[in-house]
Amino acid sequence: MMASYFVSSVAILRDGLPRATLRVAALFGCLFAWHLATGQRIDLGFITFRNVPSPREVAESAWALAQSPLVLEHLGASLRRVFIGFGLAVALGVALGLAIGRARWAEDALLPPLEVLRPIPAVAWIPLAILMFPSSEASMVFITFVGALFPVLLNTVHGVEAVDARLVASARSLGAGRFAVFREVVLPGALPSIVTGLAIGMGTAWFCLVTAEMISGQFGIGYYTWMSYTIQNYADIVVGMLCIGVLGMGSSALVRRAGELLMPWRRVQEARR
Amino acid sequence: MKDDVRAGRIVIDGLRVRLGHGAQAFDAVQDITLQIEPGEFVCLLGPSGCGKSTLLGALAGHLTLASGAIHVDGEAVRGPHPQRGLVFQHHTLFPWKKVLDNVAFGLKMQGVGRRERDARAHEMLRLVGLDAFAGFYPSQLSGGMQQRAEIARVLINHPRVMLMDEPFGALDAQTRLMMQRQLLDAWTRVRTTIVFITHDIDEALFLGDRVLVMGPRPGRIVAEFTPDFARPRDPSLVTSSEFIALKRRCLQLLHPHAGSSEPLERLTPLGKPAAAQLHFAI
Repeated sequence: MMASYFVSSVAILRDGLPRATLRVAALFGCLFAWHLATGQRIDLGFITFRNVPSPREVAESAWALAQSPLVLEHLGASLRRVFIGFGLAVALGVALGLAIGRARWAEDALLPPLEVLRPIPAVAWIPLAILMFPSSEASMVFITFVGALFPVLLNTVHGVEAVDARLVASARSLGAGRFAVFREVVLPGALPSIVTGLAIGMGTAWFCLVTAEMISGQFGIGYYTWMSYTIQNYADIVVGMLCIGVLGMGSSALVRRAGELLMPWRRVQEARR
Repeated sequence: MKDDVRAGRIVIDGLRVRLGHGAQAFDAVQDITLQIEPGEFVCLLGPSGCGKSTLLGALAGHLTLASGAIHVDGEAVRGPHPQRGLVFQHHTLFPWKKVLDNVAFGLKMQGVGRRERDARAHEMLRLVGLDAFAGFYPSQLSGGMQQRAEIARVLINHPRVMLMDEPFGALDAQTRLMMQRQLLDAWTRVRTTIVFITHDIDEALFLGDRVLVMGPRPGRIVAEFTPDFARPRDPSLVTSSEFIALKRRCLQLLHPHAGSSEPLERLTPLGKPAAAQLHFAI
């Protein structure tokens, strides 16, 4: 009796409950755990929540920030830097990637230096970037650019090299010349991989930008987060973190949407699966 | 029936094609000399890996010749050309183009304007019974429909020669029979020389004016049959006594001592499967 009751309640949890309900409940569960940890000022020795702001304090700070004119300046500065750095990385990464993937001389001339630079994390460039660029604005854009460049470049190279040789052969048998093969076969064939590179690059761009802003920024959401720590506005730290999360999510969604618009045939294929 | 076709004569003279690199290199086809008349339907029959696809790839212009020459209507084959259309075993429709744009691709390459090429592509799709699917993407079609679209895409160029590499090999038996009839039907309306590769004896004898049997490593032609059954051919042909007698002789040639030898690696019109990752130069 007891056992069957237990089984049926598990079944309800698994099937009966709409999945959306469970997801929302999980979010509120986390929020509640946060509330509990900060409310009780839990201190386990190796980790302490004594200085961690509560959800309520964070909400109040967020509301205050939303009403101040500063928010637009911070968010605007970060968005501008990300889109310039990311845009440059996409332009250069896709162009170089297409050349490397398609021409052996480009591969031999460009790939070795890039392979040497690739293992260096973009964040390790920060000191040198500060020395190289007189304006801190330019150095932050540069860090963002370096962060996004390699994912975009390598995925483009991989995409071009993975284009089905039979499709290229067919196009040539149907009368396509060198440029037409490139435009009609190689480019669209590499596009799924390029878009994957853009999505990864957008993630690393934000990561690099926030780090760069924390070190050398004036304005920007990373700067705001770090400054909140130094002036001991602890609730604002979490507000900054949440802003970064929302901006990152929004940018990724933008890239995904662009990918869908560029590749209508992929939606059809996914629908079949 | 072939009298009305004047273009599409293929002359192959002492052809040899080597595949692979270094110590692994081997002659995939050797010492092939033959002539194919304009408008003729020739089937190349042979076991997997015997070099028939290699011969087709050389005809298409995708493989370099080690020695010998191929001429189509007196012109030496030096590379791929829309006059020599190629149909692969698995379709090579561009996944990012709708069926109509795939079929119209050859016309686009010729610089034909959008309106005219769409009209002619619709006409070609009607010929293969796919006009209702013009707005679909290739992945939305069945295997048989994909091959029909692929054939339409080649035929729209009105090629002198259509080269087909086991085009129905991946289809189920029912669809394959339907496709064979449709191909013969389309061939009566868009006359072209066809070189058709298969390892299916029934298919070769049912379709071809002439059947060339190839033996493996190095690939060479070991026998020739002329199934001169009247056209249009009916599916019931395969049960006639003449057909079965011819089939028996093919079987003896292809499987003289069945099961004694290992099957060979399948070759493709682009060379060895591993080497099919072309690295193209600018």
